[in-house]
Amino acid sequence: MSQLMMEMSNKALDLNVPLSVQVDLTYRCNERCVHCYLDHDDHGEMTTAEIKHLMDEMAEAGVFILTLSGGEIFVRKDFFELLEYARQLTFCVKLKTNAILIREREAARLRDLGVESIQISIYSHRPEVHDAITLVPGSLKRSVDAIRFLKSQGLKVIIANVLMTGNMEDYPGVRALAAELGVECTLDPTITPMMDGNRSTLELGIDQTALRQVFRDVSLVGDADEFCAIPAPPGDDELNALPCSAGHSACYVSPYGDVFPCVQFPLPTGNVRQQRFIDIWRYSDRMNEVRSIRVKDLSTCTSCTHVSNCTRCPGLAFMEGNMRGPSSQDCQKSFARTGVPSANMLSKQRPDPNLVQIRALPTFAIA
Amino acid sequence: MSRLYLARNPRAAARSLDGEMMIMSGRDSTLFTLNKTATILWQSADGTTPLDEIVAHRICPEFEVEPAVALRDAENLARELASHEIMQISELPIAPRNSLPGEAR
Repeated sequence: MSQLMMEMSNKALDLNVPLSVQVDLTYRCNERCVHCYLDHDDHGEMTTAEIKHLMDEMAEAGVFILTLSGGEIFVRKDFFELLEYARQLTFCVKLKTNAILIREREAARLRDLGVESIQISIYSHRPEVHDAITLVPGSLKRSVDAIRFLKSQGLKVIIANVLMTGNMEDYPGVRALAAELGVECTLDPTITPMMDGNRSTLELGIDQTALRQVFRDVSLVGDADEFCAIPAPPGDDELNALPCSAGHSACYVSPYGDVFPCVQFPLPTGNVRQQRFIDIWRYSDRMNEVRSIRVKDLSTCTSCTHVSNCTRCPGLAFMEGNMRGPSSQDCQKSFARTGVPSANMLSKQRPDPNLVQIRALPTFAIA
Repeated sequence: MSRLYLARNPRAAARSLDGEMMIMSGRDSTLFTLNKTATILWQSADGTTPLDEIVAHRICPEFEVEPAVALRDAENLARELASHEIMQISELPIAPRNSLPGEAR
């Protein structure tokens, strides 16, 4: 994030302005990625008119960065109509897509409409690996072709590479592909539970050994010793810091109009079909509860070695049952980085002091 | 002396945050914030109102400055904004590429 963007984010925070919003236009998708947390069905998506009305309200509320995502955004037949409307309202529009429906014509139109960036999911440079994750034969070729079309229009493309057990070894190949295509590449080892609470997708996540490999890869982290160093104890600034931007200067709207603090934080705070967006943002009790939490309020994490530089996700913590609690995936990341177990990990190793331990009686020798 | 016309670059993104205009260049995603004068230029850049009229009607009353000085400064500012592809400038009126539903908020 640039210094100026940070300044504007801080200003938005002070003014309680939702500077950045992700709107999922649909949960329908033309891929069936094995790790996806969505159900791919349409349970009553917002209409074209409803989304345009939402965009009007968001512009009025001061939203600047509008991320359009899904599902797959291009399966909505009104996608370009919505995008054009968003750009007329002068949003900075970012797209997240698998890109397999983007050809030369769509790329040219995206360029004409002034889209800021397009993030495209690529899981491997090898078709047999990528396509085995998307479950769509030929999907890697189509996504890579789309990246070339977009680049030829001068558009900014970012490859998003989610790391799983099935593609862990391929991230250097994806990075090489990104370099060849002249695009950025981001790496993310986070797997999210499914929206219905099913946590089976988490089994696809990479293990400690693989995490350690990633965090020690100097091509990714620069100075590995510095990156993996045990953090200094937190000062007042760290303890009074916000856990993340969710609900503070950013939020998420589902295809059904439900507003959440973040796409990864499934705490419903209101619905734009029933209330004005800005009223949900400002007055929702749940949004304000999220907003009230500081690092010092976190139940287990405040006593943790990693508290001052942990990547703890409040949404993942919420999905584990406590928005003020730890996020185990991030505990694992901190452990992999430093070799020091988190407070949460240590507490799980200790027997619960309130439980009466039942032990076998000593054996008596009978004379 | 030829007149200068200004239009907002339709590929730029913009939003006012507590009166401070944020603009993201459509060329390279660089973020800018505009000062008060530049904000007036941005808001008035409809492609058909010449710069000297913008200066006379919007800038001079706001800043109590000599019209000739204000016009020279505004022209320099407009050229700088154009160099970042935030704005388009021309000696002829500029036809809109995208019809905006209203002023940038």
